[in-house]
Amino acid sequence: MTHSPTIGDDLEDLIACPTCDALYRVDAPGNGERAVCSRCHHVLIAPVEGAILRVVALALTIVILLVTALFMPFLSIEASGLHNATSIFEAGLAFSRAHMVILSLAVISLIIFIPILRALLLIYVLTPLMLRRRPWPGAHTAFRLSEHLRPWSMAEIFVLGVGVALVKITAMAHVELGMAFWLFALLVVVTVFQDGYLCRWSIWHALEESPEPGAPPSLAPAEEAPAHG
Amino acid sequence: MAEAHPTHLLTARDAGMVACTDCTRVWPLETERCPRCGAKLVSRDGHSLSRVWAWWVVGLICYIPANLYPMLNTTFMGKTSGDTIVGGAVTLAMHGAIAVALVILIASVAIPMGKFVAVAYLALSVQRGWHTSKLRRTQLYEMVEFIGRWSMIDVFVVAVLSALVQLSVVVSIQPGPAALNFALSVVFTMLSARSFDSRLIWDSIERDGEEEDLT
Repeated sequence: MTHSPTIGDDLEDLIACPTCDALYRVDAPGNGERAVCSRCHHVLIAPVEGAILRVVALALTIVILLVTALFMPFLSIEASGLHNATSIFEAGLAFSRAHMVILSLAVISLIIFIPILRALLLIYVLTPLMLRRRPWPGAHTAFRLSEHLRPWSMAEIFVLGVGVALVKITAMAHVELGMAFWLFALLVVVTVFQDGYLCRWSIWHALEESPEPGAPPSLAPAEEAPAHG
Repeated sequence: MAEAHPTHLLTARDAGMVACTDCTRVWPLETERCPRCGAKLVSRDGHSLSRVWAWWVVGLICYIPANLYPMLNTTFMGKTSGDTIVGGAVTLAMHGAIAVALVILIASVAIPMGKFVAVAYLALSVQRGWHTSKLRRTQLYEMVEFIGRWSMIDVFVVAVLSALVQLSVVVSIQPGPAALNFALSVVFTMLSARSFDSRLIWDSIERDGEEEDLT
């Protein structure tokens, strides 16, 4: 758990709550436990066993799902003998037909590019940590960027939007769900798990350790911190 | 779970330090960039509230036309009709899809409106030094940050509908001008909320010189 700081603490043993600025001495919780700010209840540290490996695996899954989904049939409708199909990319481009090119670019970024970019950044940052190597150059900037992109990665919101759109048209046309639809639905589940495993503090801590090649790994920073009592 | 409950919590600023809000590390007050993660360090963001209000106002300006103009135009047998956000939800409800109509109303009306009110309340509470529960206000802020992005759902609905429903002369759906305004409004209010420095909520405790009941 975290404790009040005392004089003589090293800076690296201290942690400040980003939400309310309260200062604590780090006494890292074990895997599955959480350190919570006692005054604003912000979750400061929440390490998960084997988190780095899991996050890398899930990020890789996200990239594969998204890229595959781009090339798969997404949705098609049929009504009174007429037929039309759309891919995810075409759904994003729909606004450009109505002279809203900027909105098309934004939608494609929010549902495709940013989720892929974020997953790639996480793979870049965490793969060396997983292999017990030094972080690759720019890993710190990459992780910071990935965290700032988090709210703008909206693939899961898009899936709910597709659901609402389907309810709107099932009354007037027969809708066929393509493979890309199911891949996107799966993506929501994967993203939720990934965000649950990702403990910011643990990753920053592991990045800071940056072990010498061949040195013992800092895979689970929680175990290297002082025992909590 | 045992938790430390010191009676007088020290903040990083009290201790003469500046905290990195990106990676939670603390440094001596004069440090400009976090040596660990490279983020810019400010003990309290003095321009935070100006940026909150600036984004808030442009967000509100975009939100008004977003409700007045049609989100999508449906052409059925050569006849075109427009549907605004609320109009579309009402049509859905009349066709029996009450649950979906509610999703649209919550995501496109209740959340954006609630967000305008919540962000304005948070900014005013800091500016005027209101004595409402700090914990509640922090929780409100975290909720705004968490829920705000879901408003984008209606933009995606319009994207899917207008890409899919293109059945030559029988029926076709085109995005309406409100879609762009609405998307901008969501982006601006997200930026407004993210500009808010939630540490400002807690500073008034120290100004009062007393610890407040946190529960």
